[in-house]
Amino acid sequence: MDFLRPASWEEALAAKAEHPTAVPIAGGTDVMVEINFDHRRPGHLLDLTRVGDLYEWEAAEDSVRVGASVPYTRIMENLRAELPGLALASHTVASPQIRNRGGVGGNLGTASPAGDAHPALLAAGAEVEAESVRGSRRIPIDEFYTGVKRNALAPDELIRAVHVKKADGPQQYSKVGTRNAMVIAVCAFGLALHPRTRTVRTGIGSAAPTPIRAKAAEEFLNAALEEGGFWDNGKIITPSVAQRFAQLCSGACNPIDDVRGTASYRRHAVGVMARRTLTWTWESYRGARRLTEGAA
Amino acid sequence: MRVNFTVNGRRQEADDVWEGESLLYVLRERLGLPGSKNACEQGECGSCTVRLDGVPVCACLVAAGQAEGREVVTVEGLADYARQRAEHGGCATGSCGTFLQDTRGRAAQGQDSQTGEGTELAPIQQAFIDAGAVQCGFCTPGLLVAADEMLEHNPNPTDADIREALSGNLCRCTGYEKIMDAVRLAAARQGEAV
Ligand SMILES: Cc1cc2nc3c(=O)[nH]c(=O)nc-3n(C[C@H](O)[C@H](O)[C@H](O)COP(=O)(O)OP(=O)(O)OC[C@H]3O[C@@H](n4cnc5c(N)ncnc54)[C@H](O)[C@@H]3O)c2cc1C
Ligand code: FES
Ligand code: FES
Repeated sequence: MDFLRPASWEEALAAKAEHPTAVPIAGGTDVMVEINFDHRRPGHLLDLTRVGDLYEWEAAEDSVRVGASVPYTRIMENLRAELPGLALASHTVASPQIRNRGGVGGNLGTASPAGDAHPALLAAGAEVEAESVRGSRRIPIDEFYTGVKRNALAPDELIRAVHVKKADGPQQYSKVGTRNAMVIAVCAFGLALHPRTRTVRTGIGSAAPTPIRAKAAEEFLNAALEEGGFWDNGKIITPSVAQRFAQLCSGACNPIDDVRGTASYRRHAVGVMARRTLTWTWESYRGARRLTEGAA
Repeated sequence: MRVNFTVNGRRQEADDVWEGESLLYVLRERLGLPGSKNACEQGECGSCTVRLDGVPVCACLVAAGQAEGREVVTVEGLADYARQRAEHGGCATGSCGTFLQDTRGRAAQGQDSQTGEGTELAPIQQAFIDAGAVQCGFCTPGLLVAADEMLEHNPNPTDADIREALSGNLCRCTGYEKIMDAVRLAAARQGEAV
């Protein structure tokens, strides 16, 4: 095994081009487990921890560019206002020690259906900035997950950053597990209200071969909110609408039975989380509306 | 490959390191520092917790090569580290980076920095003993490093803060109540000392 230690992003891209099978290692919280347990013996490890750019984040007009290696701890501490969904999801990852090392680049690299960043990214809207010596491209998050633990990266590509839409409304993240820490999601749900476009986006984790959006549920809710004038009148969402939304979210799932839970439990739990996160986010949208209108 | 880094203030050089080896393995098997424990090798238990450039991490999940040129503090160096911190007026402001720089290359001071013996215990270590928070002791080194780091930037933690900071450390013996007591005790003593 060779340990490649590029000092810059350009060197990292060159190394990946020369050794397309090299395994990048950032926080190592996925890679080292595989190596420790002899599940993986790559010919080359490509250490990204010396590439300073990957640890930086930067706010643009309507999105935040989060470097691939920015640890979850930094996201929780610094991006709570701009990226509330991702910050909440980050806080549910593992433990402080793991959150100090692991980041979104590694989560995307692994592309596990249970990865906590994914539902938040899907709900907020995001693009993955992938680069190789051939050039740079932006992969829409909806096209990034291609199969169980598979993603759209080419063998010579590395993730440089993820561009996440700044929140224009309330966002929530909910996760089912046996305790509050150190839990790989049994299933998870992310929801983002986008008042500017009057749309709602979702993200579901651990309930299908890849992280997914519940598109039919989104379309139903978008239409129901529009029809009832809810964005303007700020009324409580009708229970029947919330119920239907939850059902459609359950229906979007294609889960399996495994050690963490059964398929039918997952379907049920996703519905419960969909209804709850909708209630939470809608309540805070109504609260914010009342404040801005000074009618509280 | 060869890995050069600083452990508990001392320059160290580890030779013949396998490229896939963990920092934990290097500390324990190559440098003779068995304080950091190996229980799961998958980040679940926290018994291998060390500070890497000041940040608490699971040493079992850091590739040895990633430690090149970095500063590591293990439980063996905790007492010395805590003393240095106290001499620099604590670190409650969170500007611990400068103090870390100061410890670079600092020589062992009339004590055995290998075992950490022959020196006064760190306040957090003493509190664990006084509160009866040590049973088999296997989880203790990781908990000490994690708890010490929390108290460094959060001198008045709530119970929820303590639980959160220690949520990555498992203990199979104590039921955690005595550990909570120990951290509260260390925080209270730290408050009195100021
Ligand atoms: C005890 C434990 C608990 C965990 N709990 C959770 C949890 O609750 N939720 C969760 O989502 N995850 C969890 N994980 C998994 C892991 O922490 C996350 O997936 C994390 O985001 C990985 O980030 P990393 O930087 O450590 O990745 P690494 O392990 O360094 O890399 C992961 C993968 O991504 C690739 N990669 C890394 N960076 C790049 C890049 N810039 N470009 C291209 N490919 C790249 C690597 O080659 C590898 O395939 C847990 C892991 C452990 C050990
Ligand atoms: S041995 Fe590293 S976390 Fe358990
Ligand atoms: S004292 Fe035995 S594991 Fe904690």
